[in-house]
Amino acid sequence: MADLTIKNLKKSFGDVEILKGINLTIKDHEFVVFVGPSGCGKSTLLRSIAGLEEVTSGHIYLDDREITELAPAKRDLAMVFQSYALYPHMSVRKNMSFALELAKESKETINAKVAEAARILELEPLLERKPKELSGGQRQRVAIGRSIVRQPKVFLFDEPLSNLDAALRVQMRLELARLHHDLKATMIYVTHDQVEAMTLANKVVVLNQGQIEQVGSPMELYHSPANRFVAGFLGMPKMSFLPATVLVCDHQGTRIQLDDGATLTLPVDGTSLRKYSPVTLGVRPENIHVADPAESHFTGRLDIAENLGSDTYCYVKTSTGETLTVRTPGNFTCNFGQQIGLSLELDQCHLFDDQEQALPRLERIAA
Amino acid sequence: METKILDADAIRTMQDTAPTAGGVSKQKARISRLMVSPSVLLLLLWMVVPLSMTIYFSLIRYNLLYPGENEYVGLENFRFFVTDLGFMAGMTNTLLLVGSVLLITVVFGVLISLLINLAFWGQGIVRILLISPFFIMPTVNALVWKNLLLHPVSGVFAAIWQFFGAQPIDWFSELPLFSIIMIVSWQWLPFAILLLMTALQSLDQEQQEAARLDGAGPWALFWHLTRPHLARPIAVVVMIETIFLLSLFAEIFTTTGGGPGYETTNLAYLIYSQALLQFDVGLASAGGLIAVILANIAAFFLVRVVGKSLTDKQ
Repeated sequence: MADLTIKNLKKSFGDVEILKGINLTIKDHEFVVFVGPSGCGKSTLLRSIAGLEEVTSGHIYLDDREITELAPAKRDLAMVFQSYALYPHMSVRKNMSFALELAKESKETINAKVAEAARILELEPLLERKPKELSGGQRQRVAIGRSIVRQPKVFLFDEPLSNLDAALRVQMRLELARLHHDLKATMIYVTHDQVEAMTLANKVVVLNQGQIEQVGSPMELYHSPANRFVAGFLGMPKMSFLPATVLVCDHQGTRIQLDDGATLTLPVDGTSLRKYSPVTLGVRPENIHVADPAESHFTGRLDIAENLGSDTYCYVKTSTGETLTVRTPGNFTCNFGQQIGLSLELDQCHLFDDQEQALPRLERIAA
Repeated sequence: METKILDADAIRTMQDTAPTAGGVSKQKARISRLMVSPSVLLLLLWMVVPLSMTIYFSLIRYNLLYPGENEYVGLENFRFFVTDLGFMAGMTNTLLLVGSVLLITVVFGVLISLLINLAFWGQGIVRILLISPFFIMPTVNALVWKNLLLHPVSGVFAAIWQFFGAQPIDWFSELPLFSIIMIVSWQWLPFAILLLMTALQSLDQEQQEAARLDGAGPWALFWHLTRPHLARPIAVVVMIETIFLLSLFAEIFTTTGGGPGYETTNLAYLIYSQALLQFDVGLASAGGLIAVILANIAAFFLVRVVGKSLTDKQ
């Protein structure tokens, strides 16, 4: 069992409040990813859980035991650092057995545990080498091995893949996913890379300025973001935002007018809105399609097209100056400056009120 | 003179232990040999001329009180120097001095640099104060200790002793070698602190945190992370200090003059007293050569140790 509960956790450095009251529950076997922009407090939160930072107030429980004030080593957690933090003068074997030796375990137990970890991570031929004789990916595996041998309740990862090159990162990402499956362990993972967050996590925690913006499964966050920040943060390329005003709002949907005059009816519950209040429309690139100008919702001027082979991303300027990102098939060709028509998948659009909170979608009424 | 020979020797040994660069063509090797030859020749002359002169002087009778009587005497000078009453004392004192100063500076150097590596108010000033004794010249240092600190009547130590009602110690006659060790340690401790402090600043923070998570307490952190990290700077401190401490002279000359008896006479001071107090250049040259051999033996072991730690930790 390894349920981690965080209650109203706050952390300040001097006058600067880094964590502004975090409440979070992490269940056994979950792979939780903390994601957010630089300086959002995700690393501080992880280090507070590890016990490397003293918290200002709040409580952390592991199962039913409070660990808020406990020394790092007594918390039953293991951490993999961004720089791996391997002990440079110790061999791989010694690096992995260090914690066990400090805990005064018997030689046989240590050897068995190290051998088991080396087998899982395919480190057997490297056991007698020093860290400087290893490649980046191998060091990464040793760092993971060092935490595996301790058999902790929770694994903590602090941006573990950010020092690897792109190809190795993909490979290690898959290995981490496999490891989580094999060990059936609870893992907490910090990253600023949303691809890692989307692919690895059962549960994503989006942090911004020391607060949790939203917690949920990757798909939940992607398809129904709670607010404009989460909507803009997840997704590559980003969601496009267009300012608009409310014309009609009722239980049937919300009719809005974009700044360039086009009107749209969205299947969202706009009962909390008032007429003429400002709102923001959010559309993901894959939910905009290039259409015949006569049949489209509105038109725009093509600015730049990026051809990636499988897809072409078009950046389209509307008449009021906003830029929309449109995903088109890889064979799409278009000239710079050309006027094109755009149609939106209205049931996939997001609407945010003036507080930047998302408005709930209406349940699809049977047609 | 000893120092020079030792340097050349150290460089040679270092080059021997360094890995040879593979794949350099013979042509290139010849050009580079040609290019470095002027400086090598100059260094060689610099070393060979005084060395051969010393060897020559050590084999003849050469006393300034008896000019003109410079006949060949074989190894007589060496026999004389080695059987001199001061020789054994000089050897022992040299080794005692070097050994104890090294021990004191390394042990206290590590402890003090660990202490000032912690963040505290006024850290910058404390660091400067700790480093500053190194910039005081040895003669002044010895005079300050002799007249202001250790003086049995007007010294600070005497005042402290008297405050507690104790009989002040006449340091230079009761504990002469200990006093010299104290003075020299004070002079060289900053050097050790300077090197070790900078080394500590490059100690990886994440490694420390990882070790804390692994269950390492302060002692385990020191023993398993800090100590191996400091091995190389400590080796450097030991090597450099040994080179200078073997030829220690100014502190002894200013304070005790080698006395009482031979109690603070080291080899350097013994050679000086032979050459300039007894005007026997031949005997002093023989002593100089013995000191060179001693320094080279020390250098050989030190370079081994330092060279090993350099290649180990790279």
